[in-house]
Amino acid sequence: MNIYAIGDNALTISFSNIIDEKINKQVLSLFDLLTQQKIIGVKDIIPSYNSLSVVYDLIEIKKQHHRPFNFIKQQIEQLIKDYPVPLENNYRNITIPVCYDTSFALDIIELAEQKNISVDELIHLYTKKTYRVYMIGFLPGFAYMGKVDERLATPRRKSPRINIAAGSVGIAGEQTGIYPLASPGGWNIIGRTPIKMFDAKKEQPAFLQAGDEVQFIPISLEEFNQQLL
Amino acid sequence: MSTKIIKQGIADSIQDAGRFGYQHLGINPNGVMDSIAAQTANILVGNIIHDAVIELHFPASAFLFQQQSIIAISGADFTAMINNVIIPINMPVIVQKNSVLRFSKIKEGARAYLAIRKGFNISQWLHSYSTNTKANAGGHLGRYLHKSDELQLNDTSNYSTLLNNHDCIILNWKADIKDLYLQNHTIRMIKGNEYDRLNESSKKILASSSFVISTQSDRMGYRMKGEKLILNNVQQLISTAVTKGTIQLLPDGQMIILMADHQTTGGYPRIGHVISTDISSLAQYPFNTAIHFTFIEQHEAEDLFFKQYQYLQQLQNACTFRLQEYLLQHGID
Repeated sequence: MNIYAIGDNALTISFSNIIDEKINKQVLSLFDLLTQQKIIGVKDIIPSYNSLSVVYDLIEIKKQHHRPFNFIKQQIEQLIKDYPVPLENNYRNITIPVCYDTSFALDIIELAEQKNISVDELIHLYTKKTYRVYMIGFLPGFAYMGKVDERLATPRRKSPRINIAAGSVGIAGEQTGIYPLASPGGWNIIGRTPIKMFDAKKEQPAFLQAGDEVQFIPISLEEFNQQLL
Repeated sequence: MSTKIIKQGIADSIQDAGRFGYQHLGINPNGVMDSIAAQTANILVGNIIHDAVIELHFPASAFLFQQQSIIAISGADFTAMINNVIIPINMPVIVQKNSVLRFSKIKEGARAYLAIRKGFNISQWLHSYSTNTKANAGGHLGRYLHKSDELQLNDTSNYSTLLNNHDCIILNWKADIKDLYLQNHTIRMIKGNEYDRLNESSKKILASSSFVISTQSDRMGYRMKGEKLILNNVQQLISTAVTKGTIQLLPDGQMIILMADHQTTGGYPRIGHVISTDISSLAQYPFNTAIHFTFIEQHEAEDLFFKQYQYLQQLQNACTFRLQEYLLQHGID
């Protein structure tokens, strides 16, 4: 484990250099711990695949006559010492309906051809797995999920699209994700969900959070249109 | 009552000190670009320092005051005028009902901040007034201000005895914040985690060459143009959290400095981080400004920011006292 500054008011605790479920569980366990601890000055705690970042209020900590970076670093090191074993998290199981109609699935035919499988096989390979939400980032509520079947892994498109519709489901490398808002993007789009992945009006605006286990359920275009109502 | 936008600016929005506590949901903090100026504007009108202000870019919005108000402008000098009278920045101004505030010409800086005594009567989104244009939430309807928007104000005071039929009264004290900004265009940074991936000649270039703020810069980030920087180690990074001030090296060898609307996570090598103290200076540099970089230590950056905070505290004490005394003399609460 390695703690380094990412500015004069934030630091990152890096757990390892790989994408791995066990590592991510350690990250989220520390995220939960830190959230409960309410360390003075902490403003944001941001988990990623393999690291956790803490943004703090330099002034609040300085007022207590501490060196802000040293203070937060020591608090975290102590916490890790006190809780050497990751906490048991209560992961949520979430099902998300996705319509793979080609009117939404802009890249599904090309991807199937490229992988030498039928579109139905592609959908089957995609939906038979349960995906872990490793982190949220990029856009409000954008969940980075993994890993897709290695037969579906595909790099990002060479030229990103200017506008991808909200709800679009995409693949990038071994990751899969859903665009919560209309946005430019380079992921390969294979379907769309009628669920609002980000709703600013809700108290919990993001539909997914890190640690969720996600299962995709195929729906028809008719079902998609009904669910959207 | 309210103030009404009668002419639309290019990108004017309501911002405060930023929305924190939600970055784990991908919700970026937003907030003002130049926090010194935003705090100063608030201080001059007697608001709490992190209250919501309007961040203005040139050409800026024009405002019709539909009630008497006390306002202050800080940051960039866009030659503000009340009707036909030029008003200075960094001084409180009492404005008559039905007066128009407009901005006629850029004299200096890139962003001006307008604070109005007692603030705007708008609701917070996730504990902040800052506008998040991506999520379409916060600020005024989650977007930049448009023509005909009306912003409700909290102030109900009557300043008639002070205005005495004038369009505006400029109060005779000034916030001197010049020393809080850099005078030499040399931005201070601390080393980033991937700094040591730079090859030796690139390290020298970074510390000695000048870099120009490209026209492709905005509230999300400042793209720099300069000599290419080259990494010894090009191993891909796994995305992790980034902060305001983070200097990433893009694959084309050019840097981007992340600003207030930065994404929550990123995967480009971090060669440095602009210190919090200097973000305001950076926020005021117009396109094509040439800047230099210099490195300082983490604890020096902490001390500098605390010093800036203490200066602003003193300024607040002095200005609050002046304004309260002045208003009380005239029987205004």
